[in-house]
Amino acid sequence: MSEIYKLTLCQIIEKIKSKEISCEEVTKSFVDRAVKSKKLNCYIENTFDQALTKSKDQDKKLESDKKLFGAPIAVKDLFCTKGVQTTASSKMLEGFKPEYESTVTSKIWNEGANLLGKLNCDEYAMGSSNETSHFGNVINPYKNNKDLVPGGSSGGSASAVAAYLTSATVGTDTGGSIRQPASFTGTVGLKPTYGRCSRWGIVAFASSLDQAGPMTKDVKDSALLLEVIAGHDNKDSTSAQNKVEPFSQNLKKDIKGLKIGIPKEYKIDGISKEILNLWEKGVEVLKSLGCEVKEISLPHTKYALPTYYIIAPAEASSNLARYDGVRYGFRAEGKDLIEMYENTRSLGFGDEVKRRILIGTYVLSSGYYDAYYLKAQKVRRLIKNDFDEAFKKVDTILTPTTPSSAFAIGENIDDPIAMYLNDVLTVPANLAGLPAISIPAGYDQNNLPLGLQLIGKPFDEQTVLNNAFAIEQSINFNSNFKDWWM
Amino acid sequence: MSITKDTVKKISKLSRIASNEKFEENMIKDLNSILKFVEQLNEVKIENIEPLASTVDQELIKRDDKVNLMNGKKDILSNSPADNENFYVVPKVIE
Repeated sequence: MSEIYKLTLCQIIEKIKSKEISCEEVTKSFVDRAVKSKKLNCYIENTFDQALTKSKDQDKKLESDKKLFGAPIAVKDLFCTKGVQTTASSKMLEGFKPEYESTVTSKIWNEGANLLGKLNCDEYAMGSSNETSHFGNVINPYKNNKDLVPGGSSGGSASAVAAYLTSATVGTDTGGSIRQPASFTGTVGLKPTYGRCSRWGIVAFASSLDQAGPMTKDVKDSALLLEVIAGHDNKDSTSAQNKVEPFSQNLKKDIKGLKIGIPKEYKIDGISKEILNLWEKGVEVLKSLGCEVKEISLPHTKYALPTYYIIAPAEASSNLARYDGVRYGFRAEGKDLIEMYENTRSLGFGDEVKRRILIGTYVLSSGYYDAYYLKAQKVRRLIKNDFDEAFKKVDTILTPTTPSSAFAIGENIDDPIAMYLNDVLTVPANLAGLPAISIPAGYDQNNLPLGLQLIGKPFDEQTVLNNAFAIEQSINFNSNFKDWWM
Repeated sequence: MSITKDTVKKISKLSRIASNEKFEENMIKDLNSILKFVEQLNEVKIENIEPLASTVDQELIKRDDKVNLMNGKKDILSNSPADNENFYVVPKVIE
């Protein structure tokens, strides 16, 4: 069978089960393509040989009760993988080989999937373009004369799914790091409710916001991968005890009667006309499916991004204190202990990471804590209250995912604020801890994909997925890039 | 409020990041533009609002008080830049 790599994760698993294709054929299909796609720079580290060996063993004994049996899956290089280099795309962790496996990835391997490699991202997941990676920027398979960014921080993951270099992947989303790159690459990215998936073994950025989630070709794959990775974990006290439903089996496209909110405050300045049109198209689709669409208000929306850029750096400055050149990773020498710490952190971290550590340290420092950090936490409460009110009237909220389509490499790198604005529509869901998905919904005039976002009630991923599935089936988005890099 | 060179020096020190003239110049510009951006929050009325540190709405589960050995010393030390006889090695701290 040719072009196995174009199959969805669910299709691959079905075809392995029915012995239509072998595990080895599947793995080989992705490996061959990934080897020819080095220009996209998605993989930091590959485990192709191990994956091929495992797939051959799997062909000898099919375990069809396993949900991901035989699927080759590469993961964002923020997940600790036992014995396989895990860098968070930072010089600081170059060569770091964890002695343990993250809970999320353990669950994936327990269901019979094989690690294909580690995918590039922004350094410590801090960025919206994948340009802050120590291992160079990832390139989007969609092109507009110039090479384009895949978005970030899970840019390598998004490009790898879009360009068929992995059957599916998991990313992490602190302010939009799954959804924004999904939108830029025409793929599906789901950030679950905060606490849905364990954060244990994921390199920490901002602990009250970080959440792992699936990045896939379609909504059904997203549902399947979510049911695998979700669940309580004793090793993460913030992971939720809520029951994990069989999201993929429960998936249905009949959403008649669903109430959907359109927040007027998301029509921000600078959003492109094409994106507003796409949003309108989404509304029409939902109406045609029998949904009740109504305008709602989330009054504190404009304060979400400034709130995020206090809280996230504050938590990051604390989390990244552990990189001291003593226990793991990079060390630069110094004449004494303090100078060793300072040189290590100065040479080991990139500029964006240092910028955020400094801002975080500033807003937490004596005399500024109340004016910045505490105030931001109070505004965070108001943002969450807005959603609580809205969800008394509606079941889900429909918005665009990003204010623009993918931009050229280098275009926003010199202006931190311009770069931060990429996350203006995704950050509120992180601050409020809500599940949110981005699905591809159309193209702009330059033939670049655009995404729509659906935000749901806490732990109501099923409704979010059903809603996304219904839109997906109606819009019938097809990726249309050419393999120009091969 | 705005960030001066002295502020950058101070917070670099607190963050344990070595600083120099060029670094300070660059950071002053970036940090001030970020601060100006986040200071939009001054418009928001926050009287009597409780801060929100986490969206988790559940009681913490207590674990059994049992020793749970996950990794041995050897495993843990395998990633250290410098170690000796089961200890991390750092520059001399006590004269």
